[in-house]
Amino acid sequence: MTVQTLEAPETQVLSLPPDQAVIQVQDLKFFYGTKQALFDVTVGFKRNAVTALIGPSGCGKSTLLRTLNRMYSLYPGQRAEGQVLIDGEDILGRGVDLAALRARVGMVFQKPTPFPMSIFDNVAYGVRLYEKLSRAAMADRVEESLRRAALWEEVKDKLKDSGLGLSGGQQQRLCVARAIAVKPEVLLLDEPASALDPISTAKLEETISELTSDYTVVIVTHNMGQAARLSDLTGFMYLGHMVEFGETEQVFTNPATARARDYITGRFG
Amino acid sequence: MSAGKPRLSRRLSEFGFLAFCWAATGVALIALVAILWSLFRQGIGGLNADVFTKSTPAPGSQGGLLNAILGSVMMCAVAMAGATAVGVLAGTWLSEFAKDGRYGKVVRFLNDVLLSAPSILIGLFVYELMVRPMRGFSGYAGAMALALLAIPVIVRTTEDVLRLQPVSLREASVALGAPVWKTTIAVIWKAAQGGMLTGALLAFARISGETAPLLFTSLNNQFLSLNLAKPTANLPVVIFQFALSAYDDWRRLAWAGAMLIAMAVLAVTIIARLTTREPKRS
Repeated sequence: MTVQTLEAPETQVLSLPPDQAVIQVQDLKFFYGTKQALFDVTVGFKRNAVTALIGPSGCGKSTLLRTLNRMYSLYPGQRAEGQVLIDGEDILGRGVDLAALRARVGMVFQKPTPFPMSIFDNVAYGVRLYEKLSRAAMADRVEESLRRAALWEEVKDKLKDSGLGLSGGQQQRLCVARAIAVKPEVLLLDEPASALDPISTAKLEETISELTSDYTVVIVTHNMGQAARLSDLTGFMYLGHMVEFGETEQVFTNPATARARDYITGRFG
Repeated sequence: MSAGKPRLSRRLSEFGFLAFCWAATGVALIALVAILWSLFRQGIGGLNADVFTKSTPAPGSQGGLLNAILGSVMMCAVAMAGATAVGVLAGTWLSEFAKDGRYGKVVRFLNDVLLSAPSILIGLFVYELMVRPMRGFSGYAGAMALALLAIPVIVRTTEDVLRLQPVSLREASVALGAPVWKTTIAVIWKAAQGGMLTGALLAFARISGETAPLLFTSLNNQFLSLNLAKPTANLPVVIFQFALSAYDDWRRLAWAGAMLIAMAVLAVTIIARLTTREPKRS
């Protein structure tokens, strides 16, 4: 790329003080079989903040997200090297309890994925895996989760209906409710609004921005506006590298690297 | 080419193709209707209360099919119970755990071979496996032979419908901290239950009319018996025996029995369709 002639650094990654980072990623490399998808990514995710990951398709945003809850471990040929410390514990190690890790690090996917069961059971499913709650306590937990996901008013009279009967936007908020019902520390959102219409997207964004009081949120998005609106910190990735990471305002208004500037101003990507 | 009428050759070939499809569908439907019609026409006459209350008669005397109906129901029930358990677990293993590994591929290939194995071979196999060592024909041997016929069908359909479930559904459950086995049972089976049931019913439809394997295993029994350790009467063998006989009343009973099997398969299929309707998606 010829813009390199400008006097700008190749990469600029803000490093968070250790006490602020819930997740600290250190020299992370990721491989799909023999193909390397992440190159020495080092980045921290700040407690009770929203961090957005942006970049062109195939840059490694989702891959990075999927290492944070070891989702890749479902698939034999995929592996990660380096360190991912969550509260000081390296989750890439061999002896890690993956189920317990995923209960701490929740995830919402690109497409809504309601389970083929009632709305109530959708939300209670994850809770039942780890907690034995009384009927009343479970009902409270379900209501609380649905309220936080801004879905309660729409479904409170039909909790026994199938989750598959909801609209796409409602289904996605159901998935958010389901994820927060297990009370994770971190919430990973992988392009959660990409399959939704603008109104549903606005509702979902509202929901997400209200979650940060209790959760650390990492969101992958292709929508620049969404990243700018929602996040406190932004990471721009390109070809498997973390090119620029910093305060969202700085990254969007005064990017330090040429690549980030070109991407954000729409010159490529 | 600009817009407007498609060229004549294209319209002709479309017409030819459509006509061919219609004709092929028609031939298949005519055969089906003809079979059902003759079954109904001949079977309805033999159908009366005696069929359900009396056992198979000696030629010339009054009788029904009670012993054969009961025997068939018992053997099919035992066979389906065993085959569903084995078939669903094996299909699940293939789809969720073995996937495209070498061992999985071998098992899948062998299952496909078994799927198309002639049923008489299965009968002979169980004859050697159970009838000879146990020194006698028995309903259990019959159920075993039927189960061996049903298992590959259930394995195949179970694997197919489980593979249809989206990866995202599995990941969503795993992402909540559910182990893979829990995900499989609580989410994937649930999502696929309609298809899995259809598979079991296909298997039932396949074994309900099987005659050859039963000739080697359960044989037949003139009398009413609830003991599966003894030779057991069953509809297909009775139909086979009665239909080829020289006696009119036996042949009428054979038609009635054939119609009963067809009706049972039809009824079970309809019930399954009604109970596994997908919830409406908006």
